[in-house]
Amino acid sequence: MSEVTRGGPNGGRRRRRGRGERAMVPDAEFASYYGRPVLKRPEWQPLDVAGYLWLGGLAGASSLLAAGADVTARPALARTAKLGSAGAITLSLAALVHDLGRPARFLNMLRVFKPTSPMSVGSWLLAAYAPLTMAAAAADVAGRYRIAGAAATASAAALAPAVATYTAVLICDTAVPSWHEGYREMPFVFAGSAATAAAGWALAAAPPGQTGPARRTAVLGAVLELGAFRLMKRNMGLAAETYDSGRPRGWLRAAEGLTAGGALLAALAHRRGRVCAALAGTALLAGSAALRLGVFHAGVASAEDPRYTVVPQRERLAARSRTGKPEEAG
Amino acid sequence: MTDDVAREAGHADPPPRMGFFTDTSVCIGCKACEVACKEWNAIPEDGLELTGMSYDNTQGLGASTWRHVAFIEQRVPAAPGGHEDVDVFDAARDLAGSPGGDQVRWLMSSDVCKHCTHAACLDVCPTGSLFRTEFSTVVVQEDICNGCGYCVSACPYGVIERRPDDGRAWKCTLCYDRLGVGMEPACAKACPTDSIQFGPLEELRERAADRVAHLHATGEGDARLYGEDPQDGVGGDGAFFLLLDEPEVYGLPPDPVVTTRDLAGMWRHAAAAAATLAALAAAGFAGRSR
Ligand code: SF4
Ligand code: SF4
Repeated sequence: MSEVTRGGPNGGRRRRRGRGERAMVPDAEFASYYGRPVLKRPEWQPLDVAGYLWLGGLAGASSLLAAGADVTARPALARTAKLGSAGAITLSLAALVHDLGRPARFLNMLRVFKPTSPMSVGSWLLAAYAPLTMAAAAADVAGRYRIAGAAATASAAALAPAVATYTAVLICDTAVPSWHEGYREMPFVFAGSAATAAAGWALAAAPPGQTGPARRTAVLGAVLELGAFRLMKRNMGLAAETYDSGRPRGWLRAAEGLTAGGALLAALAHRRGRVCAALAGTALLAGSAALRLGVFHAGVASAEDPRYTVVPQRERLAARSRTGKPEEAG
Repeated sequence: MTDDVAREAGHADPPPRMGFFTDTSVCIGCKACEVACKEWNAIPEDGLELTGMSYDNTQGLGASTWRHVAFIEQRVPAAPGGHEDVDVFDAARDLAGSPGGDQVRWLMSSDVCKHCTHAACLDVCPTGSLFRTEFSTVVVQEDICNGCGYCVSACPYGVIERRPDDGRAWKCTLCYDRLGVGMEPACAKACPTDSIQFGPLEELRERAADRVAHLHATGEGDARLYGEDPQDGVGGDGAFFLLLDEPEVYGLPPDPVVTTRDLAGMWRHAAAAAATLAALAAAGFAGRSR
């Protein structure tokens, strides 16, 4: 991929190299307009959107734990998970509204249903899901309306896997290279991250005697998240670089350590008691949040550098012209 | 085929698809289009800065810049390519006497929203604020936009943007109001060299093909069309260009693809991940009692 621009007289064409560091891949030379980005930087606020992704995962997987706890007669775990999902989804909606340029027009989200817009699909999903989590939590706390509460818990659990994973589609359905190129694995990363967050909340807040399922969920979720993340970086091509440099790298290192450490602690927690469980839970919650922040910032970095837009597209064109398809550059 | 976009969007008997053909080979960089656009559309001022990069202080398209003239200063050999009968060694000897030893060429190009056939901004807009007009152009309805910013991240050309003080997304409307009364867009009207041409897309494509052929015949071998091909990743642009260098030199993506082309695959993977999560939680409850 060294020669990505045409031959012929090209005099003082402005070129930008990667960030002056020696990369493992050959340095891609590419043209740009004074190094300016091709794409617009995502305008979302990091805390709002990373928070939205994190809380949505926490809520969704907590609903699954709540339903499982109901079925297996673990009332304390059930209450913790129900309160967790209702609280998390409320905060996540608040983050979403806060991030709008016109928060007062939030309800315009429900003006149409557009299958081509993951944000539209997600808004309808949450419109159905959020009240269910609140009904489930309210019935549990009130100790009344048991049948309605059980129905709400079960319905919320039915929607929960979608709530926890649709957010991956939300960010991947963009022109942002480090998000879009990961669309195959990102939902699995987010599913694992949701599981560890919910397990973390349960470990931190429920009595250890009932958190066996949360401990196992933590371990399984961590394996899924870390495995899918590796796979994603490997399959993503050039855009994977942003996950391994600068600010995203810091967040993702932290996420990896906290999630793996938290899962390990969780596995040991049944022998070590409450403090250990609380530590494990906190680490898992923090790990999931750090992952979302890392993914968010990696996407922003990939949109800000024209290299991640231009070079893969150039390679695509070159591959196409090699295989003899008629399409030519521009 | 591509003229069916309006019909596909639900317009019963649409007029022909309208668009821009921006022939950058005759652009003189006067920025009349930028000014005309700002004036007609009453777009607010968005920063008076000196960038230090060429004459381009406008910098790029954005919420309050719907036409942007790019200026690219290139050093080229004195005898431009295509003149096969020129002896390059002779030419080089002649150059030795002249200061600098080479020449400068300016590329100027007026950029604009591409009014894509498959427009990512429109696809992802959750409110229906972005819509396809009867002229097959893509327009934001400012009374509906809630400023979610999704379109900003979705556009493969980095065109649409949220206006900071206002919160809503803005971009070129291809002068929807003027088209409605049979007038041409303000930029095309103001362009003194006809670099910006407005008309039915089919007609513009024919005119553009002739123009490229003519330029090739006169030795400008690098002339190429950008965004005119209905087979490209966005189904062709309603506003396409004639360029004299690679698209990325002008800040344009060389092979843009509408992100929603992969949407079915995204949902499939998300569904599989959702099932995995459910199975994972079930596994957590299976087996041991504690
Ligand atoms: S160029 Fe961008 S803003 Fe314009 S129609 Fe295409 S996707 Fe939308
Ligand atoms: S910012 Fe406005 S126009 Fe853009 S996607 Fe959101 S609602 Fe639609």
